[in-house]
Amino acid sequence: MIDVTLESVSKRFARGGDTAAVDDVDITIAAGEFFTLLGPSGCGKTTTLRMVAGFYFPTSGRIRFGAEDVTRRPPNKRDTGMVFQNYALFPHMSVAQNVAYGLKIRKVNRAESRRRVEEALGQVHLGGYGDRRIDELSGGQQQRVALARALVIRPKTLLLDEPLSNLDAKLREETRTEIRRIQKEAGTTGIYVTHDQAEAMAMSDRIAVMQSGRVQQIGAPQEIYHRPATSFVARFIGRSNVLTLPVLAGTAQTVTVGLPGGGEIVVPAPADHGLSQGETALVSVRPEHIGLTATTEPGALPGRVTELEFTGMATNLVVDTAGEQVQVAAVDVPAGITVGDQVGLRLNRERMWVVRP
Amino acid sequence: MTTIPATPSPATVAPVTKDPTPPPGPRRRLAARFAGGTGSRWFPYVLVFPLALVLFGYVVQPMFATFAESVGVDGVENYGSFLTSDGVARSSLVTSLVISAASVLLCGIVGVAMAFLLKRFSFPGRKLIEAIILVPAALPPLIGAISFQLLYSETGILPRGLQQLFGAENPVLPFSGIAGVLVVHTFTMYPYFYLSASAALGGMDPSVEEAAYNLGAGRVRVWRTVLLPMLTPALVSASLLVFMTSLASYTAPLLFGVDQTMTMQIYINRTNGDLPMASTYASVLGVVSVLFLLGMRWYEGRRSYRSQSKGVAAHRREITNPLGKWLALAASLLATAVLLAPVATIALVAFSEDGSWTTEVIPAQYTMQNFVTIFSEPRAFQPILNSLQMSLIATVACVVVGVLIAYAVRRLNFRGRGLLDVAVMLAWALPGTVVAINLISAFSTGNAFSFGQVLIGTFWIMPLAYFVRFLPLVFRSSSATLAQIDPSLEEAARNLGASWWRAFGTVTLRLMLPGVLAGALLAFVHGVGEFVASVLIYTSQTAPISVEINNRMYSFEVGTAAAYGMLQVVLIFVVMVVSGRLEGGRRSSREAARWTA
Repeated sequence: MIDVTLESVSKRFARGGDTAAVDDVDITIAAGEFFTLLGPSGCGKTTTLRMVAGFYFPTSGRIRFGAEDVTRRPPNKRDTGMVFQNYALFPHMSVAQNVAYGLKIRKVNRAESRRRVEEALGQVHLGGYGDRRIDELSGGQQQRVALARALVIRPKTLLLDEPLSNLDAKLREETRTEIRRIQKEAGTTGIYVTHDQAEAMAMSDRIAVMQSGRVQQIGAPQEIYHRPATSFVARFIGRSNVLTLPVLAGTAQTVTVGLPGGGEIVVPAPADHGLSQGETALVSVRPEHIGLTATTEPGALPGRVTELEFTGMATNLVVDTAGEQVQVAAVDVPAGITVGDQVGLRLNRERMWVVRP
Repeated sequence: MTTIPATPSPATVAPVTKDPTPPPGPRRRLAARFAGGTGSRWFPYVLVFPLALVLFGYVVQPMFATFAESVGVDGVENYGSFLTSDGVARSSLVTSLVISAASVLLCGIVGVAMAFLLKRFSFPGRKLIEAIILVPAALPPLIGAISFQLLYSETGILPRGLQQLFGAENPVLPFSGIAGVLVVHTFTMYPYFYLSASAALGGMDPSVEEAAYNLGAGRVRVWRTVLLPMLTPALVSASLLVFMTSLASYTAPLLFGVDQTMTMQIYINRTNGDLPMASTYASVLGVVSVLFLLGMRWYEGRRSYRSQSKGVAAHRREITNPLGKWLALAASLLATAVLLAPVATIALVAFSEDGSWTTEVIPAQYTMQNFVTIFSEPRAFQPILNSLQMSLIATVACVVVGVLIAYAVRRLNFRGRGLLDVAVMLAWALPGTVVAINLISAFSTGNAFSFGQVLIGTFWIMPLAYFVRFLPLVFRSSSATLAQIDPSLEEAARNLGASWWRAFGTVTLRLMLPGVLAGALLAFVHGVGEFVASVLIYTSQTAPISVEINNRMYSFEVGTAAAYGMLQVVLIFVVMVVSGRLEGGRRSSREAARWTA
């Protein structure tokens, strides 16, 4: 167990021209933490993980494991355990030989090695599978062999590069709980890469949301969901309406903004928002934090339903308020509402949040 | 294979009573049986029977004829000569095996090193070398061997050039005898290793290697415990191929004067009129080749490591240090020169005056006369005509039979499917010399497959030999294309109302066309360059280009011989370019297959 620090790390590829795959990233991961790099494909999350593993060296910046600078240390001297997206099991070795590979390199004696391989396979519920060939296993089983192989060497950090993306939906949910349990049991620091926001929310202690090589926000899942730092984070995690509204007044923790149909609302904002009267603010409000009421209710935002879709748990609507298309997810919809009807929208002020562009 | 039921199941049958057409008569019922296409229980056998007959008549039966010939007179003595330690037979067998083993070793070292350098490193000149790396191997066997003789033998350009450079008494570093044979084999056969090793390296999931580094293995250890074991299947099958090809090699021992090899002994005994002894050599060589074929099929079925990765690019290491860069550039230039030297030599000599080249490093006098001669002198033009004609006839037959066999083996379900496949591959495994002896044994008297005619000494034995030798080329390329085509495409055509013939013609055959064409072109080029079988069965009227080249070499008309060789070389490069285009077309049809899948 060890903490991992990235200090203004950048990576430019020789053929990538001027654009950086990873651009000035600062991350500190605490020992024992399960930390996720989340973002769309091409955002630099895998490149970042591969720099931690040592397959790429940063163009600038430093990487530390604890107090040790490992920036230019080769991958085989880093003592990380990595689970690859396609598992990367050695096809010419049995399950047990695969798991024992790292132990053999560490010159662990045979009896000890056999014991630890059995233990690791037991941990991933593959006890007794040691003599199987790799191609005799299902995708889910191969995934667990890869996990056992990475864990058996008791690595300082466990690196996981989209390990669930080749599994089907049901198995994916089972396995993510499993990975989380095993990481906590092993007491190792976990760094996880994914593009699936639900996976990231369910598993992580903290998440770094990345876009175009930059970190957009680092925080616990709840914080990222309810207090997104930027409009990208608001839209990438779950769904969100990001409304552009005129600022009427600003205080340390709030901003007062004007609403499309007239009226105003006081919205919570980050302390450093720096907005004052005359500017415009980006305000994020999630569809489930908007309620439907009668148009006559005081403070309600009048609008017209333009789309309506019943999904069972909730009804998804798009409501046009003074030209702004607002998404609403309502659990309770008054009977008989159809496209074209006039409705009132009630915004949950506490759940709104001012974001940066 | 097919999911169309033989008879419509009750659920899908429309009520018959409403059908206004009268019940079918006997003739219509017969037609209906064939219209049932692949679904009919009969159909596979109707299609396969003539194909099986062809393979039996011209591949399998001649093999037995050769064996009968070898045991007919003095059978025990013939085979006994392989057991006595002082005889020519035994030493020929041993020499052939030793040459083959050495060829495997040399080709393995060169081929794997090339694959590793070109696939794993990035350096100036890499693309050029990748483009021309197969050039020496693409030459027809005789022209290939001749070019190496002109380059590296005692009278060759390089030893004489070095002699002049250093002012030495004798040619420097000449290759002769077995060493010469090994040089030819290494240059022409290392592509087997290069191609399979680079395919294996390219298909290998780079993250498997990374996983080993991640677990703490160093560079050497990753090579020893991960890369080499994963390359093993590719290296074993390449070794078997090179061994087989070396055993079958005939032109290299012929030109470098190594008489005591199996193929040379077949030729020598045949020309001395001792057909039983030639047949004995052919039988022994045939059995060894078939054993290797079976070994190869067994091994390939046993293990292969498919990459599970999806589009992860293998990384190449850039050579960054300046000294390494210059060294790499110099080595690239040298490799380019070596790879292009054989073709360049043939081209140079083709313009030299016959008899003008004696002790000089390169010919002294140049002329266009050689090309004028081979096109204007009727006697000199005849071999060109012969080769084109015989190769064309053989190619047409190869396409008809090869495509149908490929279809039968890939798509139909019938008893003996494996046997049909093995029979085609048998034709591929047998050395050209053995094929010739087989045909001589089978058709020196008339039999059912030659319609009672004696074929030896006639025109027809030549295209027949080409057909047997090159049928596997068309078969393999057709069958590979067929494997890419989803059977449901044909089923869709059938579902839309096409008869089997129509569905086969408009969909399956149409999609197979690029592969079939590529195979046909390959067969045609090989036919035009064929020497090994021809030299045993030609007559003065049917002498092909290669035999004429050989004869001209013997009468020291090196320039004219090289001019004929240039014709073959030009034809090959034209075909390579055309096939490259076809390959592109095939890729787009594969792309299309992916979209429809």
